Amino acid sequence: MMSNMLIRFGRIVWLIVSLLPVVVLADIPVARQQALRYLLAQDCGSCHGLTLQGGLGPALTREALTGKSPDMLRAVILHGRPGTPMAPWQPFMSEAEAAWLVQQLLDGKAP
Amino acid sequence: MMIAGRHQSRMWGVLAGCLLLAAGCATPRGTGDLGLVIERAAGRVQVVNTSQPRSLATISGLGDLSHASLVYSRDARYAYVFGRDGGLTKMDLLCRRIDKRVLQAGNAIGGAISQDGRLIAVSNYTPGGIKVFDTATLEPVAEIPAAYGKGQRSKVVGLVDAPGNRFVFSLYDAGEIWIADLSDSKRPVVQKFTNIGKQPYDGTVTPDGRYYIAGLFGEDGLALLDLWQPEQGVRRVLQGYGRGEQPLPVYKMPHMDYWAMAGDRAYVPAVGRHEVLVIDQRLWKETARVAVAGQPIFVVARPDGRQVWVNFAPPHNDTVQVIDTLSGKIVKTLTPGKGVLHMEFTPRGERVWLSVRDEDRVKVYDTESFTEIAAISAEKPSGIFFTPRAHRIGQ
Repeated sequence: MMSNMLIRFGRIVWLIVSLLPVVVLADIPVARQQALRYLLAQDCGSCHGLTLQGGLGPALTREALTGKSPDMLRAVILHGRPGTPMAPWQPFMSEAEAAWLVQQLLDGKAP
Repeated sequence: MMIAGRHQSRMWGVLAGCLLLAAGCATPRGTGDLGLVIERAAGRVQVVNTSQPRSLATISGLGDLSHASLVYSRDARYAYVFGRDGGLTKMDLLCRRIDKRVLQAGNAIGGAISQDGRLIAVSNYTPGGIKVFDTATLEPVAEIPAAYGKGQRSKVVGLVDAPGNRFVFSLYDAGEIWIADLSDSKRPVVQKFTNIGKQPYDGTVTPDGRYYIAGLFGEDGLALLDLWQPEQGVRRVLQGYGRGEQPLPVYKMPHMDYWAMAGDRAYVPAVGRHEVLVIDQRLWKETARVAVAGQPIFVVARPDGRQVWVNFAPPHNDTVQVIDTLSGKIVKTLTPGKGVLHMEFTPRGERVWLSVRDEDRVKVYDTESFTEIAAISAEKPSGIFFTPRAHRIGQ
């Protein structure tokens, strides 16, 4: 009885975990985090400004991104925005890494 | 007595230091072999000497220098540095200090100096438009908002000077080119050209000041305006150079810093293609294209026009390629290091300086042997600007 419950509970936990986006669970090594921050400042910074105050591309400060969905932001980073100069950055980072970048931006921790 | 003596010697030291500083400023010296290197993340510039080559001084306090560019006063003593944060800083190359600095907008992209050397114009993203200042005092002279449609303001790009004390620039969001005549600086006369193409991302003028060319991001082609006959309007050239193929992703906007010319041919970056387009400038038709290592960013001609040097967007930004304009072939591929952001030739082109961001160095190459002959430490260097720009139309 008890073990049955445990198994069922385990299954539910497994189900929830497997439904969660992979990105939440992924751990980005520190060295890679630094590389991503550098990319954000230097390469994203080409259009969005080194301090992310905006340029040809919009500002990416916490204030500017307030209320925007993290999933949408992650998709824009990975797949770009057709009709604008925003390019798909998929070749440079994984889904998890893009999600981590989005979180950094939303938390106002970057760069 | 001892204490007084030490005090005295320190005083003398300070005095000597002051004299030295004043001497550096007052000793007669030309500026023709000087230049500035932008250290963009640190908000600093270095004054450099291209004859030595070496760094002479570092000056800080210039604000956010992402994408910073500058123009020189016609006496080539002062540089006007345009910062991303809207800062306009007048630098004195001889005294090696900031002469004046104003915050003129929220977000700026570049600028130009007028034919008569009296006016400095800054192109702004926020609020979209240009602002004009007195070169001596940096006092505001005129403002031209880039208003279009239903009162929107467009980001302004590709601002250059043209003969007749005119400034020419493009409206990125509106797809327009404007000519502002500042012969009477208090009453600018603006001529607008609409529907010039989608998303002009930068613009430049031919060295004779006759043709203004805007590169288009939103479509394959360039917008061309004959400033000798502006009444003929803007025409599209090299239309459809992508041949309908899906463009490749562009991980950094190309630049049209200075019209790269060799004889009657001009070299421009293609957008979304790993190619440099070669244009016959008499007919304004494509005559060739050169396959290159990546998305070209800067395509610059050595002053004699024999070579054209190209750098690239990520992930190919560790590479520089050299096109021999006689054969139309790439004769050299260099890998100076990751993040080659800018290239600048010495006045007559025997050397080229490359800013190599990730190595925190500016590397100096001999343009005949392609060997690295010197390196100068600089923190995340970006733009390199030498004083011969002072006397070129459009720079």
